[in-house]
Amino acid sequence: MSIVVCVEQRDQNLRKITFEALSEGKRLAVASGKTLKALLIGSGVAHLADELKKYGVDEIAVVDNEALAVYTVESYAAVLAAYIVHETPALVLLGHSAIGKELAPRAAAKADCGLVSDCIEVSSADGDYLFKHPIYAGKAIGSFKVAGPTRMATLRPNVFPIEESEGAAGAVVDFAPEIPAAKVTVTGSEMSSGDRPELTEADIICSGGRGLGGSEGFKLIEDLADALGAAVGSSRAAVDAGWREHAAQVGQTGKVVSPNLYVAAGISGAIQHLAGMGSSKFIVGINKDEEANIFNVADYGIEGDLNKVIPALIEKLKEVQ
Amino acid sequence: MKIVACIKQTFDTEAKIVVGGDGQISDEGVNMIVNPYDEYAVEEAIRTKEKDGGEVVVVTVGGDKAQEALRYCLAMGADRAFLINDPALVGADSRAVSVALAKLLSDKEAGFDVIFTGKEAVDDGAAQVPSQLAARLDLAQANVVTDCEISDGKATATREIDGGSETLELTLPALISAQKGLNEVRYPSLPGIMKAKRKPLEVLSLADLGLSADDVASKVELVVAELPPARKAGQRLTGEVDEVVAKLVQLLQEEAKVI
Ligand SMILES: Cc1cc2nc3c(=O)[nH]c(=O)nc-3n(C[C@H](O)[C@H](O)[C@H](O)COP(=O)(O)OP(=O)(O)OC[C@H]3O[C@@H](n4cnc5c(N)ncnc54)[C@H](O)[C@@H]3O)c2cc1C
Ligand SMILES: Nc1ncnc2c1ncn2[C@@H]1O[C@H](COP(=O)(O)O)[C@@H](O)[C@H]1O
Repeated sequence: MSIVVCVEQRDQNLRKITFEALSEGKRLAVASGKTLKALLIGSGVAHLADELKKYGVDEIAVVDNEALAVYTVESYAAVLAAYIVHETPALVLLGHSAIGKELAPRAAAKADCGLVSDCIEVSSADGDYLFKHPIYAGKAIGSFKVAGPTRMATLRPNVFPIEESEGAAGAVVDFAPEIPAAKVTVTGSEMSSGDRPELTEADIICSGGRGLGGSEGFKLIEDLADALGAAVGSSRAAVDAGWREHAAQVGQTGKVVSPNLYVAAGISGAIQHLAGMGSSKFIVGINKDEEANIFNVADYGIEGDLNKVIPALIEKLKEVQ
Repeated sequence: MKIVACIKQTFDTEAKIVVGGDGQISDEGVNMIVNPYDEYAVEEAIRTKEKDGGEVVVVTVGGDKAQEALRYCLAMGADRAFLINDPALVGADSRAVSVALAKLLSDKEAGFDVIFTGKEAVDDGAAQVPSQLAARLDLAQANVVTDCEISDGKATATREIDGGSETLELTLPALISAQKGLNEVRYPSLPGIMKAKRKPLEVLSLADLGLSADDVASKVELVVAELPPARKAGQRLTGEVDEVVAKLVQLLQEEAKVI
């Protein structure tokens, strides 16, 4: 039996979460005596198979079809479900990205599989798998079991380490299922992150809150982000005040992120904000209130005026780089 | 137009989570609310009706208490409500919930033009039911929608994607899952609350829907819930600004090794 990773590509570039899913897939395949397969869906994407081979993939199924040039959840889920029915894998992994979090459940319903979303840990024992997924906005962690034969899971970005591995065959095979007629057309798209990394993929995030005092205040956060090669995030208070677009909001009603480093400046650390960034590996809090809740979770807490601390920090970072 | 809103009753977002001796989460004494994203769904349904006419039907799968959540939506301005309540649905996973909803909406309450849902429930954080329901009803869908316009048998929806947004045109009937920003949610008015008491709220068992317990068997089981390890407060860096930032950069490089 196999473990299948459903590859995510955008404009023919592989997303980082795919490497994370392949690495975790490989670890689980070795631990549970399965082969690792990748499913690559799109148009003109066959050449991406080479890069997938670096992760110890035994087989890559390529579905290359002009009708799949533009992603829609309907068409991609039809392909994924057809592949699951054809392959009956023990486990199917996707990223818990904007695409994965809708593609996985639509395919799960079509192939009649159980699915655990947004996993932070997957383990195997006795031919079964156990999935850990934060519930109640991270206030609890649930351990889930899924009835077989095929279990599905989406993996939280930035949690599973990327590891290359050698020695697998990496055979490329074609798969050509029927693709349903589209009931949706994508009429436009707009990318807003510019040159900065995407929030859920970023290794470092600098976030600002009400303490920035206004949209101009975000210039400080942007400069700090650029000095660190980071993405820019925001608290809800800053979004509600109109200083930042909603897509930048981190928290229970925003994005859930787990970067290596999260810098929270002028953010008090409300429970709903922590729900979105509490699983960051390191947290820096910059706040002028010594009792701010952010200091209860920050690895490094700086009590002070962010208008003084951030410019000095940017200077220091430029010095050492 | 027949407009459907799917809602779930969830814990208040401020609620403290308590894990019982059985390893399951206890709802004792917890204040229950309509899942925040579902309020956007209900609001959008009511606005669509106000613009184009028709009726708004709210549906939920839940226990007795979920009637309160439905009454709240009726007080906002929805017209009718259904509660699917059955012992076989206790602990239902997304599969079970979506099978029950799909049966109601393809049979007894067939003929809808659009279904609004929340983008995810804040308790299970799964974001599965909308896509599973759309798949079972073979509907076009747009998820995490921040702007929506319905006219001429079509829905035009703007939705969040990683790093930006995209606009979709969907042929009706379709399913739209709501994100914050879609609209400003109204509070029920006093007359609204009074009227809601007399609006139809029908409770259905699986048998009423023509489903068996097997049809809604869950595949996903919560074995045990635990509280996450508490994050500890780390070091406080104090002193002159220059010293503090120098110390921070050193710690980030040498201890955390993140830059
Ligand atoms: C259902 C629900 C969902 C929610 N979802 C989210 C969510 O997804 N994300 C989210 O963030 N919030 C969310 N909230 C809101 C949350 O409860 C807080 O209101 C919000 O996080 C506060 O944002 P803030 O920390 O920027 O503002 P505040 O709490 O006002 O904090 C501002 C901080 O800045 C500090 N400060 C001020 N000036 C300076 C200065 N010059 N230098 C340094 N520090 C300074 C202050 O000491 C203060 O600690 C939600 C709330 C509810 C009820
Ligand atoms: N028990 C339920 N009854 C009706 N609708 C539900 C139920 N559970 C989830 N939904 C809908 O599906 C959305 C996503 O929920 P979930 O998949 O649980 O994260 C919710 O915002 C609701 O609109």
